[in-house]
Amino acid sequence: MGSQIAQAIAAGILGGGVYALMAAGLTLVFGVLDIINVAQGILVVLGAYLSYVLSVHLHIDLLLGLLITVPAMFVIGVVIYWLFIRPLRGAERTSMTLLACFAVALIIEGVLYREFGSNYVSLKASYISSSVHVLGFYLPDIYLIGFALAVVAIGALYLVLYRTTFGRTIRATMQNQTAARLIGIDVNRVAALTFGIGTAVTAIGGMVYGAISGGFTPNSGYDLISRLLAIVILAGMGSIGGALVAAVFMTTAEALVDIWQPDWSVAVFYLALVIILTIRPTGLFGRRAARAQ
Amino acid sequence: MRSYSHRSRYLALGTCALLVTGLTAACGGSSGKSSGSSAPILIGTSLSLTGDFSTDGQAFERGYKLWESDVNAAGGINGRKVKLIILNDNSSPTQVDTNYTDLITVKHVNLTFGPFSSLLTAPAAVVAHRYGFAFIEGAGGSPLVFSEKLPNVFDVALPVANELDPFVNWVKSLSAGQKPATAAYPMANDPFATPQVQLAQSELQSAGVSTVYSKIFPEETPDYLPNADLVAAKKPQAVILGSTNVPTVASFMHGFQQQHFNPKVFIAAAGPDQGQAFVSAVGGAGNANGMMVPNAWYPGYPNATSQKMVQEYVSKYGGSASGVNADVAEAYSVGEVTAQAVKATGGTVGSKIIAYLHSGVTLSSVEGPVTFNSLGENLKAAAFIFQWQNGKFVQVLPLGAQGSVPIIYPKPNWGG
Repeated sequence: MGSQIAQAIAAGILGGGVYALMAAGLTLVFGVLDIINVAQGILVVLGAYLSYVLSVHLHIDLLLGLLITVPAMFVIGVVIYWLFIRPLRGAERTSMTLLACFAVALIIEGVLYREFGSNYVSLKASYISSSVHVLGFYLPDIYLIGFALAVVAIGALYLVLYRTTFGRTIRATMQNQTAARLIGIDVNRVAALTFGIGTAVTAIGGMVYGAISGGFTPNSGYDLISRLLAIVILAGMGSIGGALVAAVFMTTAEALVDIWQPDWSVAVFYLALVIILTIRPTGLFGRRAARAQ
Repeated sequence: MRSYSHRSRYLALGTCALLVTGLTAACGGSSGKSSGSSAPILIGTSLSLTGDFSTDGQAFERGYKLWESDVNAAGGINGRKVKLIILNDNSSPTQVDTNYTDLITVKHVNLTFGPFSSLLTAPAAVVAHRYGFAFIEGAGGSPLVFSEKLPNVFDVALPVANELDPFVNWVKSLSAGQKPATAAYPMANDPFATPQVQLAQSELQSAGVSTVYSKIFPEETPDYLPNADLVAAKKPQAVILGSTNVPTVASFMHGFQQQHFNPKVFIAAAGPDQGQAFVSAVGGAGNANGMMVPNAWYPGYPNATSQKMVQEYVSKYGGSASGVNADVAEAYSVGEVTAQAVKATGGTVGSKIIAYLHSGVTLSSVEGPVTFNSLGENLKAAAFIFQWQNGKFVQVLPLGAQGSVPIIYPKPNWGG
């Protein structure tokens, strides 16, 4: 039993890295723009399809392909912002952005259905089914890669946010958009770039998701969005580092419950979410704390 | 005052008459049209064209449409052409309920065909029953569907719980030295996957195969690594996986490879039957080698109408014969059985069709003979087990059955 628990914890921690990659963009976009991007699930799937296209049609390795998919998703993110989010104004902006993001999700899903159909497609690479033997456990290479990418991506986001001038403009925008405008920050530009960065990070999450999922369709995003939203709520909306901690907590809790009663694993996570939010309504690393860092 | 009272009474009577007429029209959707009419027979169905079941739903759509074009090319049924009305339920049990109500009460279809999956067939059958429609379907073979004991449900396919029967019988037939000593039964929480694996578990336990793992996991889990790890840790000689799609099987297979675990025998309820999509998802034919799956039909099924349907499918939709999904045959069979019932009863009256199908008559379909028991299960449905062998998907069980080739056992190692 002890080894099973240790294995479950290892699987949970590694799986958490994958979810953090998928959720980082969501929490960044909320932190800066106050937008709950419900299109995040389909953006993850879009990232997976881009990796698929490069892998199958151009025979580019999945990791190498990130050099193309990340900038491509950045551009897609900026375009989405300028076309669908930026024109929204007024008191109803927050609720309207929800609808706009939902529309974006439907459009992307429709395009993917048209291009790839409804059959499952999958990503291929030697490291998807291989593993390394560490301390008596086999740890899957793709999860180790996913966790490492999560640490690197979140670390890079942290450096951009807290060690660059651009990061200061982002944080100023996060704290108070009106004040940011008054001191000369082009809030629209910052917002567009932030949406682009959030979408670019999602490209990495999409590749890893595609590799571990065993197959995906344009519809797969719906299974992801509720989990990703739960992670960013647990982390505290806007907290990027918190997303990694919350994701690890979620997947580890699920993996542990799987040992005894797998059909309860999802319910236990959401129960834990409710309990934590009751005690700490702002989440583990609440929004106020996140913006004050 | 008196004349007002009379007017009120006439108004009330008139309203009642209108209501009765309306209800008769609605309830008698299957009986309201004259069988002698030359108007097309409207057949309504709800399919999962998007959502979780969209792969199967779209295959069903192709099967239904292929049957529609074939039957119309042959002059229709009783001289009437057929016209399909297909609504999308987005794989939602709630939407399927709405769709069938709409088809019957608003679009006034004459007949209904079933949706895809037991999960959607169960609520849809209740709606059809409410309006007196026979409900002939091809993908609702789970006990969940038959537990309601609705008299109008007829499933042309193999009852789900019996899908693994040939596999269980084969394991039982093995000598003590060959028989797997232990087995694991991970199952998705789904009315298709769970009943057949639970029945197999019960029978294999009775045959002396000890259970080392038996758990039900949520159906929509994006990450199966922890579940696969737990199974691998038990090192069972046989794995009977209650899967519903390719990703579930592929995830378990990747997980087993990562844990350097290879069972002697590995069968999955669904997934390996999905042709190239499966082979690609599991990393090639080497990894697929030895994987087994139950099914009631395959493109090489030795039946003349089945062969004709496969040829027509390929010429209409492209691809190759091996890529024709069993869903297509199930959908086509629904059309065939319906056509025979309409011809035999001389019309589309629901009660007559229901009585006819319960009469013990044997009908024909591309999946073989069809005879319904009192629950609407097809007693004559064939059950086969298929296996991937060196890149080919072949029938291996029942042993000695027409088309069966020798089984590969034990399963080769991954990549072998």
